[in-house]
Amino acid sequence: MKIKKLFILLLPAFAVFGLIVFNACKNANKPTGSGNAGLTLEPGFSAVAVAEKLGSPRHLVVTPENNIYVHLAGPVNGKGILVLHVDGDKTTLKTSFADYGGTGIAIKNGYLYASNNTEVFRYKLNAQEEVIDPGHPERIVKGLISRRMHEPKAICLDNDGNIYVNVGAYSNICSDYDPKKTGCPIIDSAAGIWQFKVDKPDQTYGDGVHYAWGIRNVVGLTWNQQDNQLFVMQHGRDALHDLFPNLYTVHQSAELPAECMFAIKKGDNAGWPYVYYDWMQHKNMLGPEYGGDGKKGADPKYINPVAAYPGHYAPDGLMFYTGNQFPEKYKSGAFIAFHGSWNRAPEPQAGYCVVFQPFKNGKPDGKWEVFADGFAGPNKTPNGAAHRPCGLAQGPDGSLYVADDQGGTIYKITYNK
Amino acid sequence: MNKKKSAILLCLTFLSCLSFAQAKKPVHHSTAVAASMARGKIVYTNICLACHMADGNGVPTMNPPIVNTEYVLGDKPRLIKIVLNGFKEDVQINGQTFSNNMTPHSDLTDRQIADVLTYVRKSFGNKAGGVMAAEVKNVRALNNAK
Repeated sequence: MKIKKLFILLLPAFAVFGLIVFNACKNANKPTGSGNAGLTLEPGFSAVAVAEKLGSPRHLVVTPENNIYVHLAGPVNGKGILVLHVDGDKTTLKTSFADYGGTGIAIKNGYLYASNNTEVFRYKLNAQEEVIDPGHPERIVKGLISRRMHEPKAICLDNDGNIYVNVGAYSNICSDYDPKKTGCPIIDSAAGIWQFKVDKPDQTYGDGVHYAWGIRNVVGLTWNQQDNQLFVMQHGRDALHDLFPNLYTVHQSAELPAECMFAIKKGDNAGWPYVYYDWMQHKNMLGPEYGGDGKKGADPKYINPVAAYPGHYAPDGLMFYTGNQFPEKYKSGAFIAFHGSWNRAPEPQAGYCVVFQPFKNGKPDGKWEVFADGFAGPNKTPNGAAHRPCGLAQGPDGSLYVADDQGGTIYKITYNK
Repeated sequence: MNKKKSAILLCLTFLSCLSFAQAKKPVHHSTAVAASMARGKIVYTNICLACHMADGNGVPTMNPPIVNTEYVLGDKPRLIKIVLNGFKEDVQINGQTFSNNMTPHSDLTDRQIADVLTYVRKSFGNKAGGVMAAEVKNVRALNNAK
């Protein structure tokens, strides 16, 4: 009797509760934006997903014949490089090759270059920029350090027969390797950019040039044709608050240090692990491990960035726009793919977007702006994000391609006048 | 007006039923466990969340998830040792490899470690038994004797 009464009393409550749950589920199932493949773009731009569920596509290049070479982080069905032919809003898989995964991929003067975590290979191309002998690449670099952290080797080429390869630091801030703070010993063979010849087989550290020093980790790097100069994006250090709670608040630790864009000259040193850049104070700072206090500036011998972005956004792709399709302001400016943060917790995560950095006369000019957003979807966390932008490439018609290594999508972004 | 009234009534009914149901529920989880969980959550937020994330799902390829994995739900001494000694090897969970190093947290007290592991083993959908400070003490003693 009592139970029956209770049940009757409860019925409407159940109904309301049910309705709430039903509505919540309905919203959760709704696709994130029906147009533009779920992305938010500036007016006049549109996006389509030209390929989906490819695995973990990292960097990519597009040939004049509208073929995409995309490097997967790990091989799928035994193949690490896919060749997709673009036909308008769709792609078809032409072929795949390479028994290794990796990040770096580039085309220059009749060769395709690709890297895994320790080596760089090149493949001769025919007149249609197709790989002639996919089973037999030339190995041009070997023996690069890869120690469980910041392993991917991104690559880019200059106009003088050289290839540039990053070797990331296998440590956040060198603490394990420099306990007495007498000098970080790992920067002789990591945390920098190395220059190698494009046509010499099996080069290793001794054959290359230690081109730039003290750069913690780089995934996005490219050659700026206007300046004839290397540009790189550094992933800044983590855990200022966790390691120095008395010097940095949780919020400062989320925003700092800046993710830095460096214009590199041979021999430059960006100062890792001794230095970080504070984008709010616009200042190169002495790191707290080496006597810094959040106020003391760094030794001026270390270079300053040419542009700086909020902490932990994780820049994984850098590309200068040289096409004619986008409006004039984009010409010669930089696109940056920010993979998205994890080290901003407990503050909300951020990044997960493609940013445009205006340039004038080969230098950053004016504030950066978010160009494409919405990759993550409703759950902007490193594990919950639906997509994370990583690689950038320009198509022959001036479209921008973005590779997402989380959902496996390749986006094509175009401007429609 | 009528609608509003009935909506309020509904809410009240619902709430009172909820509290009624809760009050009637036998006290499975002792207040000690609840207190340990509450303290553990603070430790988790201050020490662990930065890498393992608020939802325990970690960061792909870097920081392993602590949800529904044998490393967390299984052998307690092994789990306690991970907190005490850190973790410096690649770990495979659900077909993914995670490679960031975890720093040792032996500076935490036995009780803090017991609290945070109790919290982790009973949160994010995990449903494993709690950890007692005495268990941490034993593992720490063996660990130090090595």
